[in-house]
Amino acid sequence: MEFGEIVSVLLQGAIVTIQIVAMALPLAVVMAFGFGLIRLYAPSPFKQIAIIYIEFFRGTSALIQLYWIYFVLPFFGITIDAMTAAVVALGLNIGSYGTEVVRGAIQSVPKGQYEASIALNFTASQRLWRIIMPQALVNMIPPFGNLAIELVKATSLVSLITIGDLTFKAKSLADTTLQVGEIFGVVLVFYFVIAQCLVFFIRRLEKHLSKGLGRGGIAS
Amino acid sequence: MSGFQWDWAFTWDVLPMILSAAKVTLLATLLGSIFAIAMGLVFALLRRSKSRTLRTSIYWVVEFIRSTPLLVQIFFLYYVMPEFGVGMSPLATGVFALGLHYGAYLSEVFRSGIDSIEKGQWEAARALNLSLVDTYRDIVLPQAIRPMIPATGNYIIAMFKETPQLSAITLLEMLQIAKIIGSENFRYLEPFTLVGIMYLLFSVIAAYGIYQIEKRFPKEGFSLK
Repeated sequence: MEFGEIVSVLLQGAIVTIQIVAMALPLAVVMAFGFGLIRLYAPSPFKQIAIIYIEFFRGTSALIQLYWIYFVLPFFGITIDAMTAAVVALGLNIGSYGTEVVRGAIQSVPKGQYEASIALNFTASQRLWRIIMPQALVNMIPPFGNLAIELVKATSLVSLITIGDLTFKAKSLADTTLQVGEIFGVVLVFYFVIAQCLVFFIRRLEKHLSKGLGRGGIAS
Repeated sequence: MSGFQWDWAFTWDVLPMILSAAKVTLLATLLGSIFAIAMGLVFALLRRSKSRTLRTSIYWVVEFIRSTPLLVQIFFLYYVMPEFGVGMSPLATGVFALGLHYGAYLSEVFRSGIDSIEKGQWEAARALNLSLVDTYRDIVLPQAIRPMIPATGNYIIAMFKETPQLSAITLLEMLQIAKIIGSENFRYLEPFTLVGIMYLLFSVIAAYGIYQIEKRFPKEGFSLK
């Protein structure tokens, strides 16, 4: 098989990989903020549920969660297609790590900011959304960026539940053409490029969000 | 709906098989972490080398390993290495892949650990005419190791949780056994749940162990002699 053909087949797989990332990332962010804020501010029973979710998804492996959702849930009468299983499993998995990012960033906002907003008679929700969150958000960007790259890497697992992503296409091409060196080499480069693009956008986002916060020395 | 109810008799049937596969998982983690710590130290020390070319090339090697999936690296090593005449067993390939992948992560931990040693310590070692080896062995590492323990431990636990990926190259670890049991009996609920619980259990115990090691470690450092 010619090199160009290999690349074009792998490109189709890369599109599926990017689709999964594009769907699982918003889910992960929603889970991270939802359970992160519940963990911090909600009353006890909700807090316990958040802790169970976080510990369960952080304490077991992503691949087991994926298999559980894909193979076990049908026995409970919940049949979902492979793609949904992949998005749900990866979103919940990365989201559970994200909760700790949200919590850490909110707690890292200096105490004086809380005290000042109380002194100025802000309500609790004004305090969270107008004072704390804009500052915490900037602190969240770099660790969230790392998690986004973890997500890109974790999408390779979906090949094991027969979704035609980049890794799946590579594996089946390698099995039929035996040109393993070129195929897996190209695949590694593809993942690297996707990850570096993410890094680029995250840096831009961080720069954009930290405008006006007086961080990182004098602005040029 | 055969799998709707939890079957305890079946659970006790499959538990011994999963427990014996746990040995393979733990062996892969143990060998992988030893290899990863060695690789991490090599990468970290090369990043501090005098040659700029070497430093930048190691930076990109580490960056590349860290931003590509472990599963693809496992496939690469398992299928491509034999073309160069280096055929390895699934376990050896797995240990090699885990070691390389997490070695790249650990190199950053070690690098920041070494960088966190005060400049005065390096200068004092220079003033006392200690050789580079003596400086690392007697001054820098004894102080740098304790702060590195939590991060290193977390990566070893993360590595443990990635071992199921080795099932993709037919290593008979816990998840692979659970999958085989599941497809033979057409019951996935018990084997997969058991494996999940095993992972949860092991990682909680390991996290506690790392905390204890860190607590017991002398704060002022220790002698490597």
